Amino acid sequence: MIVAENKPLAEIAELIKDYNKVLFLGCGGCVTVCLSGGEKETEIMATALRLKRKLEGQPLETLTYTLTRQCDPEYVASIENLVGQAEAVVSLACGVGVQYLAEHYPDKWVIPAANTKHIGGSIVHGVWEERCGLCGECILHKTGGICPVIRCSKSILNGPCGGSQDGHCEIDKNVPCAWQLIYDRLKTLNRLDLLTELQPPKDWSKARDGGPRKVVREDVMIG
Amino acid sequence: MINTESKLEKLLKQGEFVVTAEIGPPKHASAGTIRRHAEMLKDHIDASNITDCQTAVVRLSSIAAAAHIKPTGIDPIAQMTCRDRNRIAIQSDLLGAYSLGVRNVLCLSGDHQKFGNHPTAKNVYDVDSIQLVHLVRRMRDEKQFFSGEAIKEHEPRFFVGAVANPFADPFEYRVVRLEKKINAGAEFIQTQCIYDMERFERFMEMVRARGLHERAYILAGVTPLKSWRAAHYLQTQVSGMVVPDEIVERLKKAEDPKAEGINICIEQIKHLKTIPGVAGVHIMAIAWEEVVPQIVERAGLYPRPAVRE
Repeated sequence: MIVAENKPLAEIAELIKDYNKVLFLGCGGCVTVCLSGGEKETEIMATALRLKRKLEGQPLETLTYTLTRQCDPEYVASIENLVGQAEAVVSLACGVGVQYLAEHYPDKWVIPAANTKHIGGSIVHGVWEERCGLCGECILHKTGGICPVIRCSKSILNGPCGGSQDGHCEIDKNVPCAWQLIYDRLKTLNRLDLLTELQPPKDWSKARDGGPRKVVREDVMIG
Repeated sequence: MINTESKLEKLLKQGEFVVTAEIGPPKHASAGTIRRHAEMLKDHIDASNITDCQTAVVRLSSIAAAAHIKPTGIDPIAQMTCRDRNRIAIQSDLLGAYSLGVRNVLCLSGDHQKFGNHPTAKNVYDVDSIQLVHLVRRMRDEKQFFSGEAIKEHEPRFFVGAVANPFADPFEYRVVRLEKKINAGAEFIQTQCIYDMERFERFMEMVRARGLHERAYILAGVTPLKSWRAAHYLQTQVSGMVVPDEIVERLKKAEDPKAEGINICIEQIKHLKTIPGVAGVHIMAIAWEEVVPQIVERAGLYPRPAVRE
């Protein structure tokens, strides 16, 4: 899933200081699962900012709603009335949701409430770790199911580098060396032979380096 | 006030209409060709741009090439793109370039690697061209690395240039962005090659309305065309280029298209010289460097002025 984290409340307060009636829009997708932008977080954020503004003598009127998904034009289009009532919209979704709102409501000022962090999952309750680098051409079958593109700090494809020690990455003792993990796993699976093959430079044109990407599936297109 | 040892800066500040040209380094490891081109151009131009892997094709490094041509007496302008280097490499290369005698740097984004001979490469763009302008100026004026750390001694003192494309969109914003570059510290500007004179005139009107020509030296870019096909290619295949049909037609009808391409270029330079706020021309004779002396002479820009002491 996409993992996001809310911006500090003071920052959001600053971003909406010129507006007196604001729609706080949650998302039922990834940000609900990672506990940053679901129904509950949306209500809490709206309430907190309402109280802050009340104390400051500039009352804020808030509207709240949580869409099933903000990354779907149909859902985004369904809240025209609600958006129309507000001077600005604060989206608790990832960057996709913010942009879908801005595209669909060209006259409305849209503000991101979250910093979209990464594609990952939770490892224990309350901790989410990055797992996919969105490189566009998966190589996990070569690396024992551990992604060096995103989990190695240098995205090295023929690792580990000389900074790997006691299983840690040179950048931080709390960061596991991805290539140590790859080595351990391939050893367990008796596939260390994979690590003797020279991995060629990656085709980064399939990643974001090639420009904004698009997936087209003609088989599921309508009309 | 003269801030650097750049000859280009001195000539611009003494009010000369300057001539710069472009030398493209080769796709091999010999400096023979660029030295030959430099020898050919040295008396006819004031400074020479050395391109930095233009169109994202691997070529001999712009800084090494600049060092190779410097002994001919040409004042090199090392082009520095943001495509291939992060801020560490950029600064390291700037220090190296200065140590080799390079005194001008032109900061630009760089063509996307898709257009070059390594389309599967990663791109960097750690800093963008406007940030780069600002940071190179700060190295000189405030003696600071990009991070803000002090450069304790021998700070690189470059005359800092940037580019502008009056033919890209949105047209009205182009001059605002130019102002942003000048605010960031650009001291001279070289434009994309001009074929649509009417549009360039409108651009310069907006430049003058904002007083930008008084804050930076604007060098108008020209490129002589060898054939109508070359013109047609630029017209249809290169984004951010505007080539009027009449130029394509003129080359099509010409008995000697190359001679006609040179004629057009000379007419353009004579015209550009009359536009208020244009401080010089930048001749980008791509893979056709040998025609530059002829163009300069016939455009009435020869001999070139000397720096007054």
